[in-house]
Amino acid sequence: MVDNKSNTDPEVKIRVKDLDFYYGNVQALFNLTMDIPARKVTALIGPSGCGKSTFLRALNRMNDIIDGARTSGSVFIDDQDIYRNGIDIVSLRKKVGMVFQKSNPFPKSVFDNVAYGPRIHGVKNRRKLAEIVERSLIRAALWDEVKDRLDKNAMDLSGGQQQRLCIARALAIQPEILLMDEPASALDPQSTAKIEDLIDELRRDYTIVIVTHNMQQAARVSDLTAFLYEGYLIEVGPTKQVFTKPHKKKTEDYITGRFG
Amino acid sequence: MRTAVLQRATCWLMRAMTYFIVFIIASIILKILWNGLPAVSWEFLTTMPRRSGAEGGILPAIVGTLYLVVGTIAVALPLGMATAIYLSEYAKQGRFTRTIRLAIVTLAGVPSIVFGLFGLGLFVIFLGFGASIISGCLTLACMILPIIIVSSEEALRAVPRSLREGSLALGATKWQTIYKNVLPYSVSGMLTGSILGIGRAAGETAPILLTVAAFYLPKLPRSIFDQVMALPYHLYILATQHPEADKVRPMQYATALVLLALVLGVNLAAILLRIRIRKKRRW
Repeated sequence: MVDNKSNTDPEVKIRVKDLDFYYGNVQALFNLTMDIPARKVTALIGPSGCGKSTFLRALNRMNDIIDGARTSGSVFIDDQDIYRNGIDIVSLRKKVGMVFQKSNPFPKSVFDNVAYGPRIHGVKNRRKLAEIVERSLIRAALWDEVKDRLDKNAMDLSGGQQQRLCIARALAIQPEILLMDEPASALDPQSTAKIEDLIDELRRDYTIVIVTHNMQQAARVSDLTAFLYEGYLIEVGPTKQVFTKPHKKKTEDYITGRFG
Repeated sequence: MRTAVLQRATCWLMRAMTYFIVFIIASIILKILWNGLPAVSWEFLTTMPRRSGAEGGILPAIVGTLYLVVGTIAVALPLGMATAIYLSEYAKQGRFTRTIRLAIVTLAGVPSIVFGLFGLGLFVIFLGFGASIISGCLTLACMILPIIIVSSEEALRAVPRSLREGSLALGATKWQTIYKNVLPYSVSGMLTGSILGIGRAAGETAPILLTVAAFYLPKLPRSIFDQVMALPYHLYILATQHPEADKVRPMQYATALVLLALVLGVNLAAILLRIRIRKKRRW
């Protein structure tokens, strides 16, 4: 299906086209179309239940694991439709890392957490694993805090450290895209600041899509902001413009706190 | 004032009932210990029975029961775990899984003598295994499968969904996720099921009556197609079928004591193992 490919702007990493999503009979996303630029931070904002998380999870097909979920439309990543039949989900998820709202370290050692992905993908060499673990933890700004206790259980880390560990774990499989579902919503301000610094740090190398409830956070960390409401994409544009001169009334109402 | 009295009375009533249960268990164990311990000796545990079990030991019954327990677990545990994994991780939840679960619950409620008859019909006669260890193990395995499946499913459900998602999001396949990030945390719960199963498999008489247990067989089995003696059945024989039932009273209690010790010993080992595994689990 060559004519379905969108071989235009190399700066566009993810191209969403006419995306519909249903939980059973309930439609959660309506005809979403948007481009997500490479190596930029795109924030998804909107009131609870507007479909932000569902949309995020559509980008690495995590919605597949829900019974009765149905998707139509297409999502092109590097010009490849990830909803085409016969797509390799494993390599898709290797390319698209994900960090969840509630940090979910595995009840294993810090080392084993970060090495989990590489091991799954066949890295066996102990030295190579150690290298990947170190590099990923450094990248996630956690190395200095845990380098002396890599064999300790990850559940002993603080909430903020756990979330950075999850980021390190996602980075260990060398993704190109990082999906973050409210990564700082359960953290104290200090840990949140660290995560935001980290996002700022990572944007040079990764395409980041972040769901957030926090307007200030979206304004601080993102280049692009998309506002979703009741399953519809209301508006998308440069963050500055969306926050200062939104085109749509709905967006303005939400941003100024009139509802949500 | 009156509510306070009522409150205290209720509390005392509950407490009395709890103590009553402890009392029953303690008196059973004490009676068996009291009457059985004098008859337990090294000879009793390690030699063949003589004169239809009126003299000598119970070695073949001990060995027989151990074989049955090990064989039953070896059959039922993989089968039950696989079923539980399929039902809770793979199968689409709906009418199909509901029907299967109903069947499992029904299976748990079937009287054990019916399992005995089923084993006689299928394993002993139809499949031609004869009265043998393998027939007995398969019959007992059918009986304890529901216990293992139900507790394994519970153990799997106790693992938070976020751990599965975290693994899948890293590009792990479903099986890798289950194997590396679900099973390690649910093994302890699955062991609980096998603990209960072991207790039942070791103690039941009816299912082995028709499929494996020998009335009197003073030798050890050579293969899984041999008959064996088993402790519960031997106890039953000594207590009700033996021509000198009154005279062999101490042997009966001693046999009961050994059976009790065996079951409690196996349970204790499994419980200790579970505690060790559980210590490592935190979320």
